Amino acid sequence: MIQYIIRRVAYAIPLLLAVNILTFVLFFVVNSPDDMARMQLGQKHVTEQAINNWKHQHGYDLPLLWNAEQSGLEKLRQTIFYQKSIGLFLFDFGISDSGRNIGHDISERMWPSLALALPSLIVGLLVNITVALMMVLFRNSYLELGTIVLCVILMSISSLFYIIGGQFFIGKILKLVPISGYDSGFSAIKFLILPIIISVISGLGAGARWYRTLFLEEVEKDYVRTARAKGLSEVQVLFRHVLKNAMIPILTGVVVVLPLLFMGSLIMESFFSIPGLGSYTIDAINRQDFAIVRSMVFLGSVLYILGLLMTDISYTWVDPRVRLS
Amino acid sequence: MIVLWTDGLIFILVLAIAVSITLMLRKPHFKRPLAKITQSKTGMVSLVVLLCFAGIGLLDSVHYKDSKTQDIISLLDHFARPLTERSEKTYSAPFSAYLYSKEMIIGEDGLEKWDYPRLKYGGAHLNNPEQEKWPDILSKAATGFGKGVVLALLLYLIFWMICGRKLAESFRPATKAALLTLFLVISLFYMLAYLSHWYHVLGTDKVGEDVFYQTLKSIRTGLVIGTLTTLMMLPLAIGFGIMAGFFRGWVDDVIQFVYTTLNSIPGVLLIAASILMVQVYMANHAEQFTSVLVRADMRLLFLCLILGVTSWTGLCRMLRAETLKLREMEFVQAAESLGVTRPTILIRHILPNVMHIVLISVVLDFSSLVLAEAVLSYINIGVDPTTYSWGNMINGARLEMARDPVVWWSLSAAFLFMFTLVLAANLFADTVRNAFDPRRAEHG
Repeated sequence: MIQYIIRRVAYAIPLLLAVNILTFVLFFVVNSPDDMARMQLGQKHVTEQAINNWKHQHGYDLPLLWNAEQSGLEKLRQTIFYQKSIGLFLFDFGISDSGRNIGHDISERMWPSLALALPSLIVGLLVNITVALMMVLFRNSYLELGTIVLCVILMSISSLFYIIGGQFFIGKILKLVPISGYDSGFSAIKFLILPIIISVISGLGAGARWYRTLFLEEVEKDYVRTARAKGLSEVQVLFRHVLKNAMIPILTGVVVVLPLLFMGSLIMESFFSIPGLGSYTIDAINRQDFAIVRSMVFLGSVLYILGLLMTDISYTWVDPRVRLS
Repeated sequence: MIVLWTDGLIFILVLAIAVSITLMLRKPHFKRPLAKITQSKTGMVSLVVLLCFAGIGLLDSVHYKDSKTQDIISLLDHFARPLTERSEKTYSAPFSAYLYSKEMIIGEDGLEKWDYPRLKYGGAHLNNPEQEKWPDILSKAATGFGKGVVLALLLYLIFWMICGRKLAESFRPATKAALLTLFLVISLFYMLAYLSHWYHVLGTDKVGEDVFYQTLKSIRTGLVIGTLTTLMMLPLAIGFGIMAGFFRGWVDDVIQFVYTTLNSIPGVLLIAASILMVQVYMANHAEQFTSVLVRADMRLLFLCLILGVTSWTGLCRMLRAETLKLREMEFVQAAESLGVTRPTILIRHILPNVMHIVLISVVLDFSSLVLAEAVLSYINIGVDPTTYSWGNMINGARLEMARDPVVWWSLSAAFLFMFTLVLAANLFADTVRNAFDPRRAEHG
């Protein structure tokens, strides 16, 4: 087990290196640091000196991949690629193009993101599974047909519609909750209720249908027939046997996104002005702040790989047949 | 005639679809599921709706240079010319005869007053809008609908004369439902087009442009994103997927490494990064993009490309798993022992047997891509701001929800059209999946 984890972590290093090279190519080769400086300082009336100052300040005044002026290992080390990548691997994100400390921003903005994403995931999961189990319980009835039709309709509506509609009706007309904003501590709850409800509803259509197919696959298996033959009621069969056995595919989907919850939801956070990592990223994209976007890409990849590892480990918990080696 | 990049690719795609359907009709194992689709009522109805959208999208994909204004316009622009020329000053509600905002106007008595001015075009033929408007709209709608009905019936008559007997033999409930849908769509569309001569049926936007025209133009963007992305993604997914499954060993390792890398980068961020790069590139090489339309088109194409790059991994993984199963089957083993070369086995024996997975996943992806476009445009990393798209419409109208009275029409129009397209696509995808998925097919 320990050995397996070590091997997986070792496998993560080339992956992260590849991610890093890819983002590096995307960000630095297509447009040079000169272009970036010009973008940050404004296109017009920029002196050569100002550009050089900006580049020096942000550490972009080195060659990209190969420094011919230095000797030995320094040829590799005194480059933008090395300097910027090594910081990422040590989780030292440096300063953003607009001069803020990225690491500090991330640690501060992570919590609002989590406060929104975690309840959304848990409530969403509970609602989806409940609806799916209901559909399976009442299968081949008009109730099931109606719910399926409703699911298809729900999943055909743009998530933007739920957000805008929700803000408009619940926030503006009924005035039940504030339209947007955030507060520290427990007073944040009133700001979080609406986004959570909306994300649950917008995920309901696709989610419930997906879990329904999972359950339906299980329902046809032999052990279910045995359970019924034992005289268990349909509800007992579903909750005690089918749900337990359907946990494996459910886990695959859930555990892998758990670490990514830190990253927050781009759309939700920016619509509801929640100061999380999602809105941080969007702001960075709109300001064209490459240092932040690059850090977020790296962080996202690390969390995704962590999620994959956690999925594998969680298998051994729910399914005794699985052994990691 | 000017062929933009996306136009060319769209027509190639249409050709490819036509060829593949004719090829599929020759193979019995494809013919049976296809026949099953034609028997499904929801499948046929949604297919008709999709085809109507596709028709408008195709009309909008034939570009040429207008001789008078020297602008690049499409056939759709040509047909909708009255709509483009009749723009108001700013917002106006659907079917309204007055502007949304008050202005200093000179009344009948010659005095200046602060009131809602009449629209330049919407309802301009009415003398007294308060009393005459609704009866006028109703009578015009009835006339328009009637003309639409006549048009639809004429089309049916021609259709009937060409292939009447064949049709009568296959006159099933599903065909009937499909024909009825087509009938309704044609009549309603004709009615709206007819009413557009006198009114702005879906209102006007901030700069006074007709919203109905905008939504029609947005259809093409939605379709392009939904279909061309697939075109970009398929070669990668199919090629890598079956190669990884068939050759295993180091090929498999490399391909798995590539898709885990791509997967581990958050999709939105990868798209954002690439679009930022394109923006910078376009800003630095402005001379290569002569007109706004060409630039917007390149950006649209690039968006499809990058969406394709981020979304091929899912299908690739499925194909790899299926190929791993297939390569152990007797017919592949037999081919191998008979000395058939590996490329031939891949193309002749593996590829046809994974095509149903490809087909299902393509149809399923379409609707999520159309929805994704709106979200991406909202974060400003979607299509060019000058392109007509539902995302841009929503983005532009979003802030107007705070106004009083609410400017609801742009948003509603975009959501309604998007909903119709996505719902039809989802229902059609379900039908296709039910017909082609062997596990489902057994249950009937």
